[in-house]
Amino acid sequence: MKYLDEYRDAEHAQQLARKIHRLTTRPWNIMEVCGGQTHAIVKFGIDELLPKPITLIHGPGCPVCVTPLEMIDKALEIAARPDVIFTSFGDMLRVPGSTTDLLSVKARGGDVRIVYSPLDAVKLAEQNPAREVVFFGVGFETTAPATAMAVYQAAQKKLKSFSILASHVLVPPAMEALLSSPNCKVQGFLAAGHVCTVMGYKEYPPIAAKYHVPIVVTGFEPLDILQGVLMVVQQLESGRAEVENQYTRSVRREGNQPAQELIRRVFKVVPRKWRGVGEIPQSGLGLNDAYAAFDAERKFGVAEHRVEEPTECLSGLVLQGQIKPHECPAFGTRCTPEHPLGATMVSSEGACAAYYRYRRQPAVAGK
Amino acid sequence: MCLAIPGKIESISGDDPMSRMGKINFGGILKEACLACVPEAKIGDYVIVHVGFALSRLDEEEAHKVFDYLKQMEELGELEDKGGGASPSRGKT
Repeated sequence: MKYLDEYRDAEHAQQLARKIHRLTTRPWNIMEVCGGQTHAIVKFGIDELLPKPITLIHGPGCPVCVTPLEMIDKALEIAARPDVIFTSFGDMLRVPGSTTDLLSVKARGGDVRIVYSPLDAVKLAEQNPAREVVFFGVGFETTAPATAMAVYQAAQKKLKSFSILASHVLVPPAMEALLSSPNCKVQGFLAAGHVCTVMGYKEYPPIAAKYHVPIVVTGFEPLDILQGVLMVVQQLESGRAEVENQYTRSVRREGNQPAQELIRRVFKVVPRKWRGVGEIPQSGLGLNDAYAAFDAERKFGVAEHRVEEPTECLSGLVLQGQIKPHECPAFGTRCTPEHPLGATMVSSEGACAAYYRYRRQPAVAGK
Repeated sequence: MCLAIPGKIESISGDDPMSRMGKINFGGILKEACLACVPEAKIGDYVIVHVGFALSRLDEEEAHKVFDYLKQMEELGELEDKGGGASPSRGKT
């Protein structure tokens, strides 16, 4: 067992797809929460294996996409300072702020560096004591433990020149925000497997009960996603709305306790703006008071920046499944991956970007 | 962004639980990862790694379950085919 290729077997995928075909009697809208799942669905053509009545709605689960414009602007301002080494995951570099992006700041001489891990940023701070090293802390609950560990290590090592620009977001509040919208079309969820690897799935039963939606914790390989869809359809067809776990090889009900402890030690829950969606209460993680010295917003005086987002972008409607990306008037014309207007066209995991890349011909865009 | 991939632990270093590191083999490529949050993981185990940080130890028994389910389905499917000859939708497609 290598835990990878086994889950990409075409015959097994067909078998699961046939079972879903046999079970489906009505149209169902199922949202996959995580952008990684969206990517796999488009890459492996999983949606095309499913019966026509089943629509997969692509969820808000791409941290790159939902990072608000004003946070990008803060990053740009800090990264342009001559005393700063600004570190980030590679996929944040092309995300446009109000006027420019991190890659352009780098081209103009800013010291912007891609790191594989937040822990690499801590090493950089150790190696460059005369410079300020800032890490752009973007991500869901999946990424939060690694960022928390970086802050914890920096505190242990008394690194005064290390800080993070914290833009972590939480998934369950966003799911609730979607479900409480009066126009919500989502009837079932594939919950994000790696978010649940960290957090477990104790938070979901109240959501499943309150909105009467099945929630199935699902992995990222084709067989995982197909089995997740099958489990949601089984529930929908029999009128159940329960929380189930497809991704049992990695996800336990309680999640990863040491990782949760690490998050609690360093972060506190804060309100957070989501690009294209707006502010969602209790949906973000910011540094708690004990670690406030590592807060780049405070250190560089950018905490009060406020930026309004362009109103032409309809990504909020796309995220709620109310329109498909190609139904937006700006899609592919005024809004492209090179010049995105908003959330879902920004990152390769965003629904608009995926449609732009794979589904632009009307014949294929029909589903 | 939440991309996390399975790899096999080749070696472990560090005595302090909070700074336990491992060399992880991802299909032949070796990379370091922090093992602080998977205290139960041993050399030879597979862990799910995200941005240089191990999030869980993979459970081999659980990992086989989908294949057991598929096998069971296949057996049931054959029974369905034999028993449900009158229904064209039940045939092998």
